Amino acid sequence: RKIIFEKQWFYLDNAIGHIYGTTFEVTSGGNLQPKQEVEETTTETKEAGTDNRNIVDDGKSQKLTHDDIKALKDKGIKGQEIVQQLIENSTTFRDKTEFAQDKYIKKKKKKYEAVVTIVKPSTRILSTMYYAREPGKINHLRYDTLAQMLTLGNIHAGNKMIVMETCAGLVLGAVMERMGGYGSIIQMYPGGGPVRAATSCFGFPKAFFDNLHEFPLSKVQSLLSGTFTTETLPAEPEENALVEEESNGLSEEKQPSLQETEEEPAAEAPMEINPAEEQDTMDINAEDVEFKESKEKENKENVREKQIKQWERRKKLQEAAALLREKNADGLIVASKFHPTPLLLSLLEFVAPSRPFVVYCQYKEPLLECYTKLRERGGVINLKLSESWLRNYQVLPDRSHPKLTMSGGGGYLLSGITVVWERGKPDCSNSEALKVEEPSSKRCKLQDLPC
Amino acid sequence: MSFVEYGETIKDGDTAIVFLGHESMFPVKVQHGTVTQTKYGVIRHSTDLIGKKYGSKVTCSKGGWVFILHPTPELWTMNLPHRTQILYSTDISIITMMLELKPGSIVCESGTGSGSLSHALIRTVAPTGHLYTVEFHQQRAEKAREEFREHGVEHLVTVTNQDVCKNGFGVSNIADAVFLDIPSPWEAIGHAKSALKAEGGRICSFSPCIEQVQRTCLAMEEYGFTEINTLEILLRVYNVRTISLQIPDLGKAAEDNSSTGFDSSKPSHQASPCANLQQGTVQFKSGVPLREVVGHTGYLTFATKT
Repeated sequence: RKIIFEKQWFYLDNAIGHIYGTTFEVTSGGNLQPKQEVEETTTETKEAGTDNRNIVDDGKSQKLTHDDIKALKDKGIKGQEIVQQLIENSTTFRDKTEFAQDKYIKKKKKKYEAVVTIVKPSTRILSTMYYAREPGKINHLRYDTLAQMLTLGNIHAGNKMIVMETCAGLVLGAVMERMGGYGSIIQMYPGGGPVRAATSCFGFPKAFFDNLHEFPLSKVQSLLSGTFTTETLPAEPEENALVEEESNGLSEEKQPSLQETEEEPAAEAPMEINPAEEQDTMDINAEDVEFKESKEKENKENVREKQIKQWERRKKLQEAAALLREKNADGLIVASKFHPTPLLLSLLEFVAPSRPFVVYCQYKEPLLECYTKLRERGGVINLKLSESWLRNYQVLPDRSHPKLTMSGGGGYLLSGITVVWERGKPDCSNSEALKVEEPSSKRCKLQDLPC
Repeated sequence: MSFVEYGETIKDGDTAIVFLGHESMFPVKVQHGTVTQTKYGVIRHSTDLIGKKYGSKVTCSKGGWVFILHPTPELWTMNLPHRTQILYSTDISIITMMLELKPGSIVCESGTGSGSLSHALIRTVAPTGHLYTVEFHQQRAEKAREEFREHGVEHLVTVTNQDVCKNGFGVSNIADAVFLDIPSPWEAIGHAKSALKAEGGRICSFSPCIEQVQRTCLAMEEYGFTEINTLEILLRVYNVRTISLQIPDLGKAAEDNSSTGFDSSKPSHQASPCANLQQGTVQFKSGVPLREVVGHTGYLTFATKT
């Protein structure tokens, strides 16, 4: 199957059987496997200038014309050789400083030597990739913020987690990776079904899904009030879920050609992702066609199948409801496009005391409100509103500095720990809140005390 | 209790966290017959703690109260006895994710120091993974072993007392990830490479100074590591406050106050002396940065062995 990535197209067949991390060079159509390390002997001309006082930008320093370069490309000459040609035909190259020469070569290499590295999916790769390519789909959750969530939430094997996310299933996948198939996860979903486009990119073994449950958000209130039944399911979930996934897959496909990313790991991952998603869409289409053809014949069977499916879904829903009813979850992770306050006030009821919870929001203001409301409610301590900053560095001999661009925002987190909730005495918990958090003068005194 | 498994009730021998108030807490070792002094009075372990649920409110002798929390690596990081400078949860989170750690991972670490990162690593790789940690300071190595035993995680960690720069990690070709927090990490890159699995793995080095980073990057390149990437992560914490700002009197007519859009629906808890809630002030909620924040901990350099 043909894959398009960064204005290149290729087939993945040749990549099978190689270890992860192998770098491939793209030829006309297939994949070729070059060596891991290309000998860095291209700069045998160790001639270099010291400064740029005599370098004038007249636009004529490159003697090869646009058409010449195109001709070289069309002949299928190796990218490495094109770069060499460019260097030889640059009149100013020799006058450039050694560092500038380095930079020039790197830039040209990036353009002409098409190499791709195939790497194994992980939270690191996928979250960096999603943030670079599809930030809108994950509510601009930057990867370091996701990392904070996993740590603050004390995600580990054996937990019983509640996850409410609208981040294409990326947060769910990250939690699943950290739990390694031990314990259970209940995913709360809005609408007709959970979106797990990103989750499927992780390539988790089937066993990981055995203890993954889902529960519709719209049923939370009835579950809390004890009027929950499975008779009224949310509108036909399968179809909805598929439609959403399909649209996901489509836009994902378009994406690579639209956008250029500089970072290698981020840029590499989509190749692995796209096939999976494309597969999804194709399957769906195929199914549709089949459906129409055999509509009449297998109508009865279809109905039966539907019934079985529905029954199975009910059973799973019952299981999830039972897990929630125990109200002893080991943590709550929220990262959605919805207002966090109502989500938290309801979902925290399912969490056991002395367990961490983390809420992500792209904006600070809703979390300020959430903070205030949680204080009023009580049953939580150690509330903390935070944001992380990430700065990347270029480290080269004599040329180390922070990278020119850094991300403007990666969202905010509100975290805390649940405690035994004395619902009967709301005043008490309110005064507690006052006593514990509010007066800043007292806080300073507290810290001074030796305890 | 264990640092890798939640328990419901407090038991004899557990390590629990006593939460006094905002950011003020300390760890206790729960033991029959023992008492702990707090500024709110005495806590008697046998009656006040053992058998109670984690997350309970415990009333002390003077009528004050505290919460007893289940230990987690994050709470431990905030409360552990410092034997060295430690890594905090902000750096720990990005290290854990960038090293791609998960249940079953084999990790090498040096030095162990105060065990702040070690606890977080053990939590993440449990129940099937393992941490090999190397500390050249004998006393610190001993102390770390003791803590791991007390915290019920000794089966997940091996502490070795040797110099990682000279003798390496004591294991080879088994690690998925290596973490270095030592003064001269470049001298340990070779050992790190041989500790990592033949099919590859991830490495991270933490250094406060850029000169250390440069030497480390050169060493990593020399040993054939790829995807070398240096970053820095900082945490900004906000206090949630109700702020009231006075509207300046510009001598406008009194009836023209509709445009100021008063938002003073909620009076502040701490009615500070100057904030009179009459017309003339506007109140709003704000996330105010702390007056003093951590500006730098260290540079984190990551790389891949393939």
